[in-house]
Amino acid sequence: MTLPTADAPAPLLSVRGLEVTFGDNAEPVLHDVSFDIRPGERVAIVGQSGSGKSTIIGSILRLLPGDGHITGGSILLGNDDLATASEQHMRSVRGRRIGLVPQDPASNLNPSMRVGAQIADALAASGHRNGADVEKRVVELMTEAGIPEAKRRAKQYPHEFSGGMRQRVLIAIALSRQPELLIADEPTSALDVTVQRQILNHLQTLVDAHGTSLLFITHDLGVAADRTDRIIVMSEGRIVEVGTPAEILLNPQEDYTKRLVAAAPTAVAAVRVAAGSSTVKTGPILEVSHLVKEFKIRGQRGSILRAVDDVSFSVERGTTTAIVGESGSGKTTVARIILGLESATSGTALVDGEGITASRGQQRRALRRRVQPVFQDPYGSLDPTYSIEKLIDEPLRIFKVGDRRSRQDRVAELLDQVALPRTVAQRRPNELSGGQRQRVAIARALALEPELLICDEAVSALDVLVQEQILTLLADLQSNLGLSYLFITHDLAVVRQIAHNVVVMKSGEVMEEGATDAVFRSPSSGYTRELLSAIPGASLVS
Amino acid sequence: MLNYLVTRLWQSVVTLILASIVVFLGVRQLPGDPALAMAGEEATPERVEAIREQLGLNESLITQYLKFVGNMLRGDFGQSTRTGAQVTDLVAATLPVTLWLSAYAIVVAVVVGVLLGIIAERFRGRWPEWMANALALIGLSVPNFWLGILAILYLAVAFGLFPASGYVPITQDPIQGFYHLTLPAIILGTSLAAVIMRQTRASMIETMKTDFVRTARAKGLSRQRVLVRYGLRNSLIVVVTIIGLQLGGLISGAVVTERIFALPGFGKLTLDAVFTRDYPVIQAVVLLITVGYILINLAVDILYSVINPRIRVGGKS
Repeated sequence: MTLPTADAPAPLLSVRGLEVTFGDNAEPVLHDVSFDIRPGERVAIVGQSGSGKSTIIGSILRLLPGDGHITGGSILLGNDDLATASEQHMRSVRGRRIGLVPQDPASNLNPSMRVGAQIADALAASGHRNGADVEKRVVELMTEAGIPEAKRRAKQYPHEFSGGMRQRVLIAIALSRQPELLIADEPTSALDVTVQRQILNHLQTLVDAHGTSLLFITHDLGVAADRTDRIIVMSEGRIVEVGTPAEILLNPQEDYTKRLVAAAPTAVAAVRVAAGSSTVKTGPILEVSHLVKEFKIRGQRGSILRAVDDVSFSVERGTTTAIVGESGSGKTTVARIILGLESATSGTALVDGEGITASRGQQRRALRRRVQPVFQDPYGSLDPTYSIEKLIDEPLRIFKVGDRRSRQDRVAELLDQVALPRTVAQRRPNELSGGQRQRVAIARALALEPELLICDEAVSALDVLVQEQILTLLADLQSNLGLSYLFITHDLAVVRQIAHNVVVMKSGEVMEEGATDAVFRSPSSGYTRELLSAIPGASLVS
Repeated sequence: MLNYLVTRLWQSVVTLILASIVVFLGVRQLPGDPALAMAGEEATPERVEAIREQLGLNESLITQYLKFVGNMLRGDFGQSTRTGAQVTDLVAATLPVTLWLSAYAIVVAVVVGVLLGIIAERFRGRWPEWMANALALIGLSVPNFWLGILAILYLAVAFGLFPASGYVPITQDPIQGFYHLTLPAIILGTSLAAVIMRQTRASMIETMKTDFVRTARAKGLSRQRVLVRYGLRNSLIVVVTIIGLQLGGLISGAVVTERIFALPGFGKLTLDAVFTRDYPVIQAVVLLITVGYILINLAVDILYSVINPRIRVGGKS
């Protein structure tokens, strides 16, 4: 082990030359990873998907998935080398000395076990067996993690909890035995920004109170900068750069870090709005007025949920309007009504003066051609059994546009437009990366030369660098083709980058709307201010 | 929950009515004439005609059906055309044998199947998994009449571990009763055990890969505890469904098994009735099996919601 020097306290965790391989004789996925975490220190590992950050956690806890195994290096926790420790020994480390707050609150709790019992299990691992004591401690831990009515809620199942509350349960589990090191693996990336902020604040308070060291894994530089003392930037299984948040954000040394910082979707990122595109017609392409959508709540007779409550806004030709809001704000329902996938309870959504919900037959088909969607999940929205060519030309076939030959030409042209090589035409979606798939989805949406694209969280599932490329593509397409976008998103930073106008929604109602610049500079509603201040990284850069 | 139950019960009634029509018509499509069977080979045409008259076989199908349903609702399933005994008595005498046998077989199948499934998951890629897989393959592919005959030849006759045949009512003498049913239950449960093993193995493998299992292990729990409290519980949801679907096979298996081990059960009653065109008995037997089926499915659905809290309809309000 490394001996402590006089000026720095001995590190709590010391990783040296870590190398991890999946399968036999394969290329290692981690190369020579070395870092220290000192007692009470908060360290972030930042990287995109596939950078190896989750593999580091798997190695430290010795819970690598599948046939992953450590092929070199050491992981010293005090005097123990976890890289070679026995399973028996690891059991005394997991939970007791190292706690884990996992990434996805939806999938990390046992769906068929009461929440209290799952926390009690963590205590049971340390030999706590006295029923009444355990129950009392469970309620204490839940209260400490910020769960109201802990006593009652301990008897509920995970599906009765919201995402944020589930994450609090997972935090309670991780802290239940007061570990020396807490590993938080993207603990809030699945949550809304305001919830994210609450949870992170709470986590930080708890960690500070107990003097716990924190290893924070995230893809979001902003979050890392806000919450930690030191940032480790990773790419392709190697450590690229290490530094304080200020060093990394304001003075990045490595090329990769520079690109990451430039693409970071913080509120100050470059504004990429297409400058006044040349369109012949003027006036709004989309006019939504007094839109209302009510849903009956199942199982409760007579109760009605107003998902969309008197929403009005318009999208000018050749511009981008963003609807921003958290989950449950009704933004997706608005999009579905405009696309004609859902009918409005009252109010209208007119595309160039015509309503898709009111139209029938030919007129409706014609309207559908002019409005096309791009959805969030590039993995779920492309049929895996279709070739890329078949996916892109499907709308052309449905509307019987051209013949085989001309459709082939059109597909090639569309691939050029979205900057994909023509050779991908014969491949299938699973051979493409997430960013490439989203380009395919955009190409498909463009096939019928629509005037309005509805992008529902179209870049949310992508890594920041890829996200930036797609946003650039959308901006280019807008200035070249004079397209109009309705951009549905939860991410204010993205709004700042791409939208001319913004509509802020909460619980089905419009809180505020106006030109993006004006809304960002002087937000009039309290909710918008709350959203803006919740953007991670904003405080540091500005 | 109550709403759900009422809906399910109503669906069951409709199913029953349809089943009664199918049974009634189906039986009458069987080749052969019950009057002829009753009267014997050498009876005069007049004698056969008289029996037909007596059984009401000359009336229109609709009248016959309405009579059939009316009698049934009064709990009167008629008399066996073969022995003249009350059908209800015949059923009362034979049904318990089959119910005990099936229940015993299910218990054997679940215990063996789930255990082997866990072993197969726990020792993936090593010899215990190979053994478990081989056993499952044998259980699925070897017909149970042959397995039954082998079991009698070796386990019962050669080594004398179990009685080769015979039945002792469990209510009279539980020890002897279960002892006599053990071999038949094992034979009857074999294929079910094989299916359960494969399902348990497959869904355990899936479940043990999930995030919540990793989180549970990160709590410092032992692999065994995680296996049972996190893995098994979620895998059982699939297993319960499989058991529900496989019960039909169990009933037809019981017919064969009872024949091999000479058990005086429902299966034997059914078989005898079919061979002698004993309409009233066939009708009663098939309808009872239908009712049994419906009840089992209802039970499986309810059990399902007990294991899986997410589908508990309505919840506590």
